[in-house]
Amino acid sequence: MIEVRQVSKWYGNFGVLDDCSLTISKGEVVVICGPSGSGKSTLIKCMNGLEAFQKGEIFFDGISVGAKGTDLPKLRSRIGMVFQNFELFPHMSVLKNIALPQIKILNRRRAEAEARAEKLLLRMGLKAQAEKFPAQLSGGQQQRVAIARALAMDPVAMLFDEPTSALDPEMINEVLDVMVSLAQEGMTMAVVTHEMGFARRVANRVVFMDQGKIVEDAAKEEFFGTPRSDRAQQFLSKILQH
Amino acid sequence: MNYSWDWGLLFRDPYAGWIVSGFITTCLLAIYAWVIAFALGSIIGVMRTLNNKALRLIGTIYVEVFRNIPLLAQIFLWYFVIPEFLPADAQRYVKRGMPDPQFWTSVLGLGLYTASRVAEQVRSGIQSIPSGQQSAALAMGFTRIQTYRYVLLPIGYRTVIPSLTNDFLGVFKNSSLALTIGVMELTATARQIDEYTFQSFEAYAAVTVLYSCVTLCVIMLMRFLERRTRIVGTASLGGA
Amino acid sequence: MNFDFSVLFQYRDLLLQGLFVSFELTFIAIIGGMIIGAFLALMRMSSIWIVSALAGGYVNFLRSLPLILVIFWFYVLTPKIVGHPIDAYASVLIAFILFEAAYYCEIIRAGISSVKRGQVQAGLAMGFSYLRVMRYVVLPQALRNMVPVLLTQAIIMFQDTSIVYVVGVRDFLTTADVVANSTNRPIEFYSLAAVTYLVICFIASHLVSRLQRRYAL
Repeated sequence: MIEVRQVSKWYGNFGVLDDCSLTISKGEVVVICGPSGSGKSTLIKCMNGLEAFQKGEIFFDGISVGAKGTDLPKLRSRIGMVFQNFELFPHMSVLKNIALPQIKILNRRRAEAEARAEKLLLRMGLKAQAEKFPAQLSGGQQQRVAIARALAMDPVAMLFDEPTSALDPEMINEVLDVMVSLAQEGMTMAVVTHEMGFARRVANRVVFMDQGKIVEDAAKEEFFGTPRSDRAQQFLSKILQH
Repeated sequence: MNYSWDWGLLFRDPYAGWIVSGFITTCLLAIYAWVIAFALGSIIGVMRTLNNKALRLIGTIYVEVFRNIPLLAQIFLWYFVIPEFLPADAQRYVKRGMPDPQFWTSVLGLGLYTASRVAEQVRSGIQSIPSGQQSAALAMGFTRIQTYRYVLLPIGYRTVIPSLTNDFLGVFKNSSLALTIGVMELTATARQIDEYTFQSFEAYAAVTVLYSCVTLCVIMLMRFLERRTRIVGTASLGGA
Repeated sequence: MNFDFSVLFQYRDLLLQGLFVSFELTFIAIIGGMIIGAFLALMRMSSIWIVSALAGGYVNFLRSLPLILVIFWFYVLTPKIVGHPIDAYASVLIAFILFEAAYYCEIIRAGISSVKRGQVQAGLAMGFSYLRVMRYVVLPQALRNMVPVLLTQAIIMFQDTSIVYVVGVRDFLTTADVVANSTNRPIEFYSLAAVTYLVICFIASHLVSRLQRRYAL
């Protein structure tokens, strides 16, 4: 589904990604982890073309993300993305946040879009917040609305960029639970996160990045058993202490 | 000081009529100029936030040229200099055929000058929006145009309502410069009444009061607008 | 259409004189405006209601008027009050200073309130008196925030000096206009005026940006 081939990216002399290759098959859940500055957020943003890269290729469902002729908006409408800072549109109600993209991008009728939005909100337990505005919701609620907003577009894959890093501890679980149920339904997911408990539960594979390189790419059991590289072991020991 | 007061003259003909017509001229001048300024300024402001280097440069040049030359000099340029460069037919129209050339020249000059200020406000409004918002919109599949239309401009404009109001008031105040090329706007009216009747205090007081009232009304309008369009959950600036 | 740019050179002395007048007006207006503006700002921040209201009223009133009108007020009305004619230059200066003071007051006020309350509290908590907190903590920060805005206002002031045209004071633009009419070469002289202002203001505002980037907090 998503194929990253030898992608490199740099700013002037500063290298951000170094010859990264990664394949995510349909239905797979891949967790990408690593220390700050390892390039994991950049890598995931390259997958839907939000960040450009100088070398290599990325294919989504056979379409080249970096090629000049690619219709990026159309491509992106099939990939859902959830951001660390939720990024709900503050001037629209929760319902409108979820409905508007469907109406304007997928050309759905308003009634259909709003019905879909309400269904998703119901599933998240947030139906009562439909007419509220983002600033009136807690962080955990906002992030769940953001996930609903992405799901409303019926994406074939979802990208998560540190979805729980900006949340207070009490709210992390409510978001992770939603992500777990998505994974169990068979959604193709790439998740940048520090939440190793989540990885242990639903990930198929774990990818460890350090200084722009993919250092380790192993099946979950293998990774948490004995990772091959020292760096990954070091990282894991620090993270897993929590 | 020997000065005989005559406040009643402000309400007598023809002076009352002059004041009314001067006030209307000022208002029309300001409103027409503001329409130009807002439309053109928004376009240029947006241009300065795009990725296209050429468009950004055009926007920057426009802003730098139109805000570094005094408005009075710009008005002189439009009225005395530019017509000379127009093709013969256009020149004839501007100088003889067009009704009220001084008025429309002032509208143009004032509009283009103010557009450079509006452009800066719009630019700063858009740039103050955290970049994550644009990323989120693009990630959903919105095109660049849709991103500006549904996210960047609605939020950006709301942020700069106070500054735009300042520019709008500026247009009202700057309209007074039109008197230098002969437009009978409000300040010119005061001068004219003074010249005819020598009742300087009354004339200038009346005009001063009118300008102050307009400012007060516009500020109240802005507070109303700000409250109506406020993004729920954020604080509005309101206050003095 | 024949252009004769040599006339610009011919009249360079007069034009330079006009430019000097523009600078002089700007400079005096800035100094006077800042001093009175600072007083007004102090008044506005006073806890005595009447003092604050008076200053506030003055500032809001003056900021609602066109500069031309204020100039006319002093040019036309002062002679009537004092009983004898007043030099146009003097009346224009008074108008500028009192007008700019209103704007400078607001800039200074904004600068001082831009320093967070926490800073004052931290200073007091350390044992500084309120006056010393102002001197060592608030004012240095406030000034750094204010200076770019004050300078930008000065550039605006420089442009505004062109308005003295309406009372015949021979600043740069007025001189250019007078000479343009006497030599019947409006294009050359008005263009020169526009370009000169453009160059001066452009350079000045870029210097201010660079200053701002270096010293911004």
